[in-house]
Amino acid sequence: YRNLTHWLKTRSVSVDLNNDASLLIDIPDALCERDKVKFTVHTKTTLSAFQKPEFSVPRQHEDFIWLHDTLVETEDYAGLIIPPAPPKPDFESPREKMHKLGEGEATMTKEEYNKMKQELEAEYLAVFKKTVQVHEIFLQRLSSHAILSKDRNFQIFLEYDQDLSVRRKNAKEMFGGFFKNMVKTADEVIISGIKEVDDFFEQEKTFLLDYYSKIKDSTAKAEKMTRSHKNVADDYIHISATLNTLSADDSTFYLRLYKVEGRVASDQELKLTELLRYYMRDIQAAKDLLYRRARALADYEHSNKALDKARLKSKDVPQAEEHQQQCLQKFDKLSESGKRELTSFKGRRVVAFRKNLIEMAELEIKHAKNNVTLLQGCIDLLKSN
Amino acid sequence: AQETQLFSLVPAVRNPQKSSDLPVSSSSTSLPMFRNKTFSVRRRFSDFLGLYEKMSVKSSLHGCVIPPPPEKSVMGMTKVKVGKDDPSSAEFLERRRAALERYLQRVVCHPLLLQDPDVREFLEKEELPRAVNTQALSGAGFLKMINKASDAVNKMTIKMNESDTWFEDKLQEVESEEQQLRKLHAVVDSLVNHRKELCGNTAVFAKSMAMLGNSEDNTALSRALSQLAEVEDKMEQLHQEQAASDFFIFAELLADYIRLLGAVRGCFDQRMRAWQRWQEAQSTLQKKREAEAKLLWANKPDKLQQAKEEITEWEAKVTQYERDFDRIGVTVRKEVLRFEEEKAKDFKGQIVKYLESMLQSQQRLIKFWEAFLPEAKAIA
Repeated sequence: YRNLTHWLKTRSVSVDLNNDASLLIDIPDALCERDKVKFTVHTKTTLSAFQKPEFSVPRQHEDFIWLHDTLVETEDYAGLIIPPAPPKPDFESPREKMHKLGEGEATMTKEEYNKMKQELEAEYLAVFKKTVQVHEIFLQRLSSHAILSKDRNFQIFLEYDQDLSVRRKNAKEMFGGFFKNMVKTADEVIISGIKEVDDFFEQEKTFLLDYYSKIKDSTAKAEKMTRSHKNVADDYIHISATLNTLSADDSTFYLRLYKVEGRVASDQELKLTELLRYYMRDIQAAKDLLYRRARALADYEHSNKALDKARLKSKDVPQAEEHQQQCLQKFDKLSESGKRELTSFKGRRVVAFRKNLIEMAELEIKHAKNNVTLLQGCIDLLKSN
Repeated sequence: AQETQLFSLVPAVRNPQKSSDLPVSSSSTSLPMFRNKTFSVRRRFSDFLGLYEKMSVKSSLHGCVIPPPPEKSVMGMTKVKVGKDDPSSAEFLERRRAALERYLQRVVCHPLLLQDPDVREFLEKEELPRAVNTQALSGAGFLKMINKASDAVNKMTIKMNESDTWFEDKLQEVESEEQQLRKLHAVVDSLVNHRKELCGNTAVFAKSMAMLGNSEDNTALSRALSQLAEVEDKMEQLHQEQAASDFFIFAELLADYIRLLGAVRGCFDQRMRAWQRWQEAQSTLQKKREAEAKLLWANKPDKLQQAKEEITEWEAKVTQYERDFDRIGVTVRKEVLRFEEEKAKDFKGQIVKYLESMLQSQQRLIKFWEAFLPEAKAIA
């Protein structure tokens, strides 16, 4: 199929991560072969935990998932918001369109075919850029986190110069995705059901549950809107191609207008839709934290009841006391850590929205100004003839 | 340039029971043929079709490109959904009104048609007798009628052999252009539909964004998200207006010219039929001459007299038909050139109008986003 090797020099990062010079991570390069994308993960560090100050390793999407899952399964990180796993690279849409284009090649002019092909290659590139970005952000969230950046598996992910697939298989056998599956089932019911004593968590719970449903809705609707915009852009290509065969002077105009329309559509997508999609997943991760805390509280309540029972029967009281203490400690630790995490999450979200909304507005203005110049030029030309 | 007549159609009052009467008002600045400077009459849709019928059968107008009336059926060539199908909808009425207006404007633009008494009667006379022969037009539609006639011409047994290839070449050009316009029209139709979808999806998204803004607990961000929702609402408005431009300026222009090119093809067919009539007359004359020869040999003096009379009659016809054929050839050539000039002007005018509508749209878009930008920057 196609090999796309790109040096991706300029990319905008959703949040200002990658600031700490002691551990800098980026994905400068990626290769696309059929279904598989191979990311080059590049690290620059001053930390002694690593063997070299600068190094690169090839990684697949599955390696990222392995890393994410091991972090979720780690008991010590129960009080942290684990950055959401990057979604699987999805080239389905441009691939399907490329296939359709191949089938319809006979019915269109050479020029129309070439234009559509160019456009599809641009779409491929956009999907590609998007997937590199989300994988990069995942790693940068980890590197900028005080606790997670020190995780041993994270370091292995960055440094280990062999194939990780053996490790991945072993991990799967060990954990079997147990904890992950548990979290998925009815977490909202459990979170809502908890008798909350802490105002902060009470507010957070209400806010996150409501916000999640709203942002999920907005994400879906934003996707629909940008898809429609893409359809309009595609129509402009066809118009341009057909106008050309009529030897009208407007054809080149339409082509350029398309390019701007198409770019507006994919810029909107990168900025707004991706922002919404990302924070939807991030809020899910925050909800997961609330869930784990709710479970810890439930465990603590059970341990209290067990202690009362033990005292009543005067049997195994020291063990019950110790168990109760452990549960309390765990719950307190989760609450303390959770509070910190959720507070910094708020700040992070606001900063990210601000950055993206500004960039989106600036892009809209820039493209519209380009359009105005283009249109004015065409009008003047037509009027002067 | 002799266009001193201004012409405008005022929108009809809605009458859901039957086709509404349309007020047709004209204003003329200096043409002496009209009694008043401005005048207004009421016409039924069938009257417009009737006018076309009258013009299309006049021998004096043979070879002329007579502008075809709009389709009676709303669907016609378009697949644009919603509102277009509903006869009581504002969109449908506007579409019909605009189409009828363009039709009349093209009629009065034509130097010969402007002189035509039926045209003047249509514009001026208080009450018109109801048109009766419009069934073929309103039922099958104009293009179906033209295509049927073309088929008949194609089935002609005697083929024309022309030393001057202008007619053959030009007809081919016309047919090819008609195909291209059809293709283009289909894509523009698709554009209109997609833009309407974008409209709907933008409105839905705006509402969702407003809800999200309400849920947001950071005050400044909440405000910005609500503002974003308002901007998207304004974008929906822009998309709606753009879709209307796409349709009324661009798509309808293409639809009109697909029909007009059909009318041009019709002229070429008329010329062919004139040629055929001449050929058949020549053939008949030949037969009459042969019959006379036979009679001479058979010695039937009274029948011979009749035969001689018939020969004279047919000789005159042959001369007449040949002259008709030459004349229609000249007319067709002139008409095609006039048509091409009009078309270039028309297209240019409409495309400039379309580009201007897009320009205005983009300028408003800039204003909306420039107003939003400080809100986004105010997030803290």
